[in-house]
Amino acid sequence: MKYMDEFRDGGLAQGIAATIAREAAPSRRYRFMEFCGGHTHAISRYGLEDLLPSNVEMIHGPGCPVCVLPVGRIDDAIRLAMRPEVSLCSYADLMRVPASGGSSLLKAKARGADIRMIYSPMDAVQIALTEPTREVVFFAIGFETTTPATALSIACAAQKKLKNFTVFCNHVLTPPAIRAILDTAERPEAERVALDGFIGPAHVSAVIGTDPYLSLAADYQKPVVVAGFEPLDVIQAILMLVRQVNEGRFAVENQYTRAATAAGNTIAKGAIADVFELRESFEWRGLGELAASALRLRGVYAEFDAERRFAVVPATVADNPACECGEVLRGLVKPAECKLFGTVCTPDRPIGSCMVSPEGACAAHWTYGRFRDRTRISAARAAA
Amino acid sequence: MIARRRRAQKLDIREGLIDLSHGAGGRASAQLIEEIFLPSFDNPLLNQGNDQASFHVPPGKMVMSTDGYVIWPLFFPGGDIGSLAVHGTINDLAMAGAKPLYLAASYILEEGFPLADLQRIATSMGRAAHEAGVSVVTGDTKVVDRGKADGVFITTTGLGAVPLGLELSGDRAEPGDLVLLSGSIGEHGVAVMSRRTNLGFETEIQSDSAALHGLVATMVRAVGPALRLMRDPTRGGLAATLNEIAQQSRCGFLIHEACIPVRAEVTAACELLGLDPLYVANEGKLVAVVEADAAELLLTTMRAHPLGRASAIIGEVTADDDQFVQMTTSFGGGRIVDWLAGEQLPRIC
Repeated sequence: MKYMDEFRDGGLAQGIAATIAREAAPSRRYRFMEFCGGHTHAISRYGLEDLLPSNVEMIHGPGCPVCVLPVGRIDDAIRLAMRPEVSLCSYADLMRVPASGGSSLLKAKARGADIRMIYSPMDAVQIALTEPTREVVFFAIGFETTTPATALSIACAAQKKLKNFTVFCNHVLTPPAIRAILDTAERPEAERVALDGFIGPAHVSAVIGTDPYLSLAADYQKPVVVAGFEPLDVIQAILMLVRQVNEGRFAVENQYTRAATAAGNTIAKGAIADVFELRESFEWRGLGELAASALRLRGVYAEFDAERRFAVVPATVADNPACECGEVLRGLVKPAECKLFGTVCTPDRPIGSCMVSPEGACAAHWTYGRFRDRTRISAARAAA
Repeated sequence: MIARRRRAQKLDIREGLIDLSHGAGGRASAQLIEEIFLPSFDNPLLNQGNDQASFHVPPGKMVMSTDGYVIWPLFFPGGDIGSLAVHGTINDLAMAGAKPLYLAASYILEEGFPLADLQRIATSMGRAAHEAGVSVVTGDTKVVDRGKADGVFITTTGLGAVPLGLELSGDRAEPGDLVLLSGSIGEHGVAVMSRRTNLGFETEIQSDSAALHGLVATMVRAVGPALRLMRDPTRGGLAATLNEIAQQSRCGFLIHEACIPVRAEVTAACELLGLDPLYVANEGKLVAVVEADAAELLLTTMRAHPLGRASAIIGEVTADDDQFVQMTTSFGGGRIVDWLAGEQLPRIC
């Protein structure tokens, strides 16, 4: 199919894989982080790891909005949904995310909460219009990719003077999270991240452009390649990173030229800037509190802010202490090395954030790649 | 034949609605049966008007299966809840190699349900049964208060006969056996999803809903006992079916993505919805596990049947203590095709 099959061509992939194998220096390791869950999904679903030489390794990053949403925020959303006057509108992939006390939106819905699964924030605006007696709350999550749509829904609600539409905003930002992963100078040696470069998410850059990574690449001397989500995009980006490392460069390169530009989409950026402002700090599941890493509604749109209308009090809920999601997200620990992985923590009963969504590092490895652990185990057995 | 009483007034099929009296066992119930169900399912056993159907059974093994249908929307491209309730249960029988004989149908109707829709569903159900050569020989109708059901729920129970000597069962797959699929996957699920009102796109994809016992009969005739098992990949799609068999037979699978037929429209719709066609429901496809020596003959036989034209050998059974369903991707890598965790929910970005 046009624009799909072309980017999944196995023959082309083998060619690029051969080039990577030829150009990657056997004397060193290449450890790259794909920041975004979309890339993690593509790598896992297409079995891309099998095409890479053993010294080129992909570390799955924290770029899955479902995974990094702290439990406290899900608890808040459930509390909102349990209010009799509220209809909570949510993207479907939040429904199963575990909250405190074994709850989830799906379970709250079964207990009688009015929770509706929607595909676009405009669906929530439409519900608010057609059901004026309901307090419609849109549970907004996502990186810069989904933020413009939320911004436009708020602008639309303002224009229609809707009194029964609010947004519970959990939009987060990509560059601060990458900085947080690289900011390990203060940490003990064992906790420092050894990453050689990043694959940046295409759709984020389709909005913000590739320029926001310039200072980051320079500050940490790490190459960044912004890449599309098809498997060929990803493998080409890996080749571009290998070449940068070999040449000692740390530039921001754009593999996704078909939609991303240096400056990004000025209209979308304008919509975001019009409606949202930076929060001083926001909690990321697995990464902790990160300064200036998330958005909230500006004062002029306060009446559309669910946190203000319903006086939501932020609460922090501690993760299971044995959970190593933080280390997995920094690339210090591989999913299968966590004690909880596959024992008490599985996609059916996730303990940590990385197991929550199919795009999370642990869930992707469990769902698509855990047969490789067996190969490793049998290889180790054979060697012994 | 029931002596059909003359009624002063016939049901107002065009404008009428189901009310509680239609399930109360009185005149209104009888009228509903006489004017909607009997003409749709018309057959001598049902027409006797007893609370049960009695019939002689052929020699051999009998198989029995039951299934509840709560699909929404009730009408979708390529079928409706009525035809689905016939095809689904017939297929469950057919997967044992059976010739389906009789169906029982139980309707739960919600107060306020339009008679016109009920007529449409019953007619479609009768037509599907007639085409499949199966009779709906007994049934039941209940009406529940508005809000206690979603329009109509149908449960069908089927009875079929298996030829002597045929022992198909999910625990019979053995390493080295080959896996055949009778056609392209994902069409039913995508057709249904395309009609759900909160989804703003239309596709031309029709549900593949069909009765498979005709195809099954030709397969059984061609390879007989070399056929180990069959299963129709309905809810949870091909992925769930292969995992179920792996668990039952304590084996693994190695399948090849490039061999699995998926229509371009289904791929595109799944792409938009963030779904994987391997997990999307089918209602007119089957998976067969067969001894390797008989696979080519079985493939030729299946392709000669109208419901098996796009059949393919998609992989093999492996010895695997972990019971992994593994797949070589068309991209050249490997992955697991795992059980679905919960429902397949669309991804947001």
